[in-house]
Amino acid sequence: MSIRALIVDDSSVMRKIVERSLRQAGIDIAQVFEAGNGAEALTVVTENKVDLILCDINMPVMDGLEFVKQLSGVENAKNVPVVMITTEGSESHVVQALSCGARGYIRKPFTPEQVKEHVIPVLAGKS
Amino acid sequence: MNSANAKLPPGSHESWVPLLELATREVFELMLGCHLAVAAPESEPSLNITSMVGLAGQLCGVLSVRCDGKSAVLMASKMLGIEPDKVGDEMSDALGEICNMVAGNFKNKISGMGDGCMLSPPTVITGTDYSTHSLADSPGLELRLLFENLPIIISLQIHS
Repeated sequence: MSIRALIVDDSSVMRKIVERSLRQAGIDIAQVFEAGNGAEALTVVTENKVDLILCDINMPVMDGLEFVKQLSGVENAKNVPVVMITTEGSESHVVQALSCGARGYIRKPFTPEQVKEHVIPVLAGKS
Repeated sequence: MNSANAKLPPGSHESWVPLLELATREVFELMLGCHLAVAAPESEPSLNITSMVGLAGQLCGVLSVRCDGKSAVLMASKMLGIEPDKVGDEMSDALGEICNMVAGNFKNKISGMGDGCMLSPPTVITGTDYSTHSLADSPGLELRLLFENLPIIISLQIHS
C-alpha cells in the first residue's frame, strides 16, 4: 500500500532524515507533506488526505502534544495514526504522548530499523 | 571503547563524563553512521562553529558542540546523505540538531532528569572572536573527540 505521510518537525534536516528513514524502512510513500510546527500541521491535515503522521514534540508556535490533542477535533484526520519522534525520552513523556492520542513513540537518535519497528505495526492497525 | 579525553577540575560531575561520551557517540553512530575517535589531550584546535542548547530545570546549564567548518559540512552531508559540496543552509540546522540530540540523549541517561530538565532550541554561532561568561557554579565537563579525523569538542557548563 502506498501512503501519504506528514512529517512535523521544526528542523528541515530532521524532516529529510525521517523521510529517508521511512523509505529505508521499505514503506511505500506516494507523497510526503512537511510542517514546521503543530499549527502548520493542522492546516496540512485539513487540506489534504494523510495516512500517517510523524511528529516532533518540542516545536515553536504549537508543540507536538498540543497538535495531537487538536487533531482529534479535525473530522477528516482524527483517526490518522501519529508516531512521535523526539529527544524527550522519559517514560512520562511517552505516557503523556500516548494519552494524548499518539500511537507510537520513537526516541532521537534513531535508526531506520527503529522507525520500521514502530511504524509498520501502526500502519497495520496493530498499535 | 576508548574514553575521550575529558578535562575534569576537582568537584565536577565526574560520574557524568561516561554518560556524556556515550550520548555523543550514540548520536554520531545512529544518525551519521560514524564512530568517533579519541583526540590527543594536548590538542588545542581552532574551532569556529559552536552549537549550543540550554538546559533548565533540575539540571541547568549549557551544552555545546564545537567544530570547524569542514566538520560541520561533513556532519550535515552524512546526516542528509548528500555530497559535502551540495550542503548549503542545512549546515547550521544539522549542527543544531546534533547538539539537541546529544543534550536530550545525555539527560535521558541521568536518572530522573528526563522529566525534570527541559531543552532550549539550539543556537549556532559562527566565528571565533567571542567569549562566553557562564554563571555556572560548578566546573564544566569537556570531551575532545575526533569525527572523521577532525576535532570536535563537547562541553557542558553546569549550574547546580
